[in-house]
Amino acid sequence: MTLAWAFDAILAATVLAVAAWTIVARETFAAVVGFVAYGLLLALVWVRLAAPDVALTEAAIGGGVTGVLLLGAAARLRGTAGVLVDERPGAAMRLVVGVLCGIVTAALAATVLLLPDPAPTLAPEAAANLTTTGVGNPITGVLMAFRALDTLLEKVVLVLALIGVWSLAPDRFWGGAPGPERRAQPDDALVFLARLLPPVGIVIGVYLLWVGADEPGGAFQGGALLAAMWLLAMMAGLATAPAVSERRLRLVLVAGPAVFLAIGLAGFALADAFLAYPEAYAKPLIIIIEVVKMLAVAATLGLLVMGPPERPPQR
Amino acid sequence: MSLALDIFSVLAISAGAFFFLAGTVGLLRFPDALTRLHALTKADNLGLGLVVLGLLPRADGALGALKLVVVWVLVLVAAGTVSQLIARVAQRVGPSP
Repeated sequence: MTLAWAFDAILAATVLAVAAWTIVARETFAAVVGFVAYGLLLALVWVRLAAPDVALTEAAIGGGVTGVLLLGAAARLRGTAGVLVDERPGAAMRLVVGVLCGIVTAALAATVLLLPDPAPTLAPEAAANLTTTGVGNPITGVLMAFRALDTLLEKVVLVLALIGVWSLAPDRFWGGAPGPERRAQPDDALVFLARLLPPVGIVIGVYLLWVGADEPGGAFQGGALLAAMWLLAMMAGLATAPAVSERRLRLVLVAGPAVFLAIGLAGFALADAFLAYPEAYAKPLIIIIEVVKMLAVAATLGLLVMGPPERPPQR
Repeated sequence: MSLALDIFSVLAISAGAFFFLAGTVGLLRFPDALTRLHALTKADNLGLGLVVLGLLPRADGALGALKLVVVWVLVLVAAGTVSQLIARVAQRVGPSP
């Protein structure tokens, strides 16, 4: 018991230290590396809190996808480093920002520390009604049935984020493909990895989706893994990024929220409420939504990382 | 039998921890990128390999043991590739101070 306590104490101290280091790091690149390490350590914290679902998401999204997004941003900002130094806010501004951040942190800490004991929870009710959804993992039950509206809006937000990224494209590149053109060099170590890893990664991604019904996992984590495999192939030059005007691509992107919404609307007729599933078909419907969602998440995350179109469309 | 397995686990995991420690010391103390990579890959390959070896007898059945080995192999592949890529950049950029 004391050993576990010591481990937790060291883990908490390390997370705080990495967080502080990420903030004070002068170089953008170093700060991003710190942020990725912070995400992975935070995943360990979630494991220690017995929340493996959150840990998986944190490792895939917080450490992985966000890390790659920030790395891309750091690379784009490299040319403007001098400008940024000139625009550094004054001492008063930084003080205000620091104080405001401190107040938010203190308020959050107070909220968590002052929770009544036992904390208010809907967990017993969710667990008691889990059988009506046909899935065995309470997290999936909450995400797909009890709070399905949140999950639906989350998918819509992802598509909106991608539209935001695409709208940064200059007019002449609109409808073209994102990212610079890459050619695979046969002796490259990255090409070797991009040939070796995707079969394994795709199997694990689909496994994460399937096992998500009864154990930690789900469409988001599986989709993030598929996106990583796709990005690996694109970065190695083995796969070409699709043009953003391609119809099939847009169909996949929209299918995630659209299928969810269609099944949700069908709930009015079949189960008396928006996003309610008829009990006998709950699990198959949830699986259909999750499969489409996984593909949409994979495509959206991959394209978010690839960034706005940078090549003129081929006509 | 279980005592022997316990001793084996403790020895292998301790040896793995030693390689991680040595790799970290090397990362901090070695003079340039290539030697630092050399130190780091020892931690990944041997350190993690020995930790996995030590955990194998404690794994939850054959499937759990297989998962541990797969984790090790995936880390080997990823670490090997990434260190190749870093080494290539280091060679192109030249020695850093």
